[in-house]
Amino acid sequence: MSAPIDTVERKGLSPRQRAQRSRWIQYAILIALVLVAAFTADWAQIVSVFFKPQYIKAAFEDGLMQALVKTLEYTAGAFVIGLLGGTLLALMRLSSVGPYRWIATAYIEFFRGLPAIVVFIAFSLLPLAFEGLTIPLDPYGVVWLALGIVAAAYMAEVIRAGIQAVPKGQIEAARSLGMPFGLATRKIVLPQAFRIVLPPLTNDLILLVKDSSLVFIIGTSAEAYELTGFGRDLANTYANLTPLVTAGFCYLIITLPLGILVRRLEAKAARAR
Amino acid sequence: MALVEIKNLHKSFGTNHVLRGIDFTVEQREVVCVIGPSGSGKSTLLRCVNLLEVPEEGQVIVRGEDITDRDCHLDAARSQIGMVFQQFNLFPHLNVLANCTVAQTTVLKRGSAEAEKIARANLDRVGLNDKVLAYPMQLSGGQQQRVAIARALSMDPQLMLFDEPTSALDPELVGDVLTVMRKLALDGMTMLVVTHEMAFAREVADRVVFMDAGVIVEQGPPAEVIGNPQHNRTRNFLARVLNPTHVEPT
Repeated sequence: MSAPIDTVERKGLSPRQRAQRSRWIQYAILIALVLVAAFTADWAQIVSVFFKPQYIKAAFEDGLMQALVKTLEYTAGAFVIGLLGGTLLALMRLSSVGPYRWIATAYIEFFRGLPAIVVFIAFSLLPLAFEGLTIPLDPYGVVWLALGIVAAAYMAEVIRAGIQAVPKGQIEAARSLGMPFGLATRKIVLPQAFRIVLPPLTNDLILLVKDSSLVFIIGTSAEAYELTGFGRDLANTYANLTPLVTAGFCYLIITLPLGILVRRLEAKAARAR
Repeated sequence: MALVEIKNLHKSFGTNHVLRGIDFTVEQREVVCVIGPSGSGKSTLLRCVNLLEVPEEGQVIVRGEDITDRDCHLDAARSQIGMVFQQFNLFPHLNVLANCTVAQTTVLKRGSAEAEKIARANLDRVGLNDKVLAYPMQLSGGQQQRVAIARALSMDPQLMLFDEPTSALDPELVGDVLTVMRKLALDGMTMLVVTHEMAFAREVADRVVFMDAGVIVEQGPPAEVIGNPQHNRTRNFLARVLNPTHVEPT
């Protein structure tokens, strides 16, 4: 205790100095990489391939907004089918009747394990396999069905978890008021379950927005193009990637606000707990 | 005729034989308090009265109807039996008024105006007519439990079951709930109450039932069971409850 601190010989840097030095090195590497990229890349070429203003303008004139609306329509319809189907499957999985549970489990495992693109290819071949088969509301019917049956499998698991997260006391309270099981489920359990699963369901909606791009597999007519089909078609026409990039940004316009919404909902749910 | 008649009730959870042959009755307008150590089966007994737990053996007869019979209209019978839980179990997505009307309109098929009038009258009865539009989360535990009582009363029950209604409450909130229950008893409501509140049982109960290890050890007027218990088990339990800091010599 008698040795004054300033006489203690220190080797090298203090921990704080070391942390500071490490941070400076990281910044230096980053700046170096940016400079290398800035000086070696052919910026004129990059801009003319990915961001050529005249093709951005052309994309708008050729119906970018219409394709955006189609993407939204395809997603919304599929979400409704997924939500209804997912709720039904979730209730089946929790049913006391064995076969309902088995059917729901088989469906969910099957469509969750299958690449969505396989389902779409199957739907595109259906009219060939079954001659004269028509799915109503062309092209919406096919798209909603193909996207919806896959989405239902994902949403079913989310909704089932939500139903199981509702405390048992809730159904007991409802039943002791004389509510039959179905009524108690509808009026008491499901509203609370959906509140619990709102954030993960919104995540599923984001996935669905992106999966709607698979519609181009089905081979719709040009008027029915959603963003990806539209961007791809136009990029082929002009032999330039700008229309595809423009369409890509349109996805972000949809998905980024949804992502922010998810974070808000999660924060709100955390506060309520 | 007794309002509730329980005959030879047996209930097990796995290998745990919780109720080992219970026989007892509750008369119209009677207030019965069930006391006993935790794990004695008193809550299970209460939950068998509206068949939240299904007994393996025995009968529960409510107003002459055997509700353990599979052909009995259980939901109709349940709507006549109010239940108040330890954890309140209010519906968190509905406001106070809707908590008290949802079963009236869906089960009893009352019109919404009538249901609302009845709900408001019962909320007034428990002293919460200024909270009708609040959500359960915004209320204290004591207020939530009083809403739960009003919710049950709105069904015009023949019988009210209370499952340790004050055990989850902060001590200073217990009094409000007990006051409401005392008033109910004075109004002539038939009540079956599982409780640890000995003062309440002594003052309000017509009869006290002491349970231990799945059987009824003794029952009678509170002055006898609490004031002058005949069985050792009852005496030991009461000594522990009434004087919790006392350490028994072993």
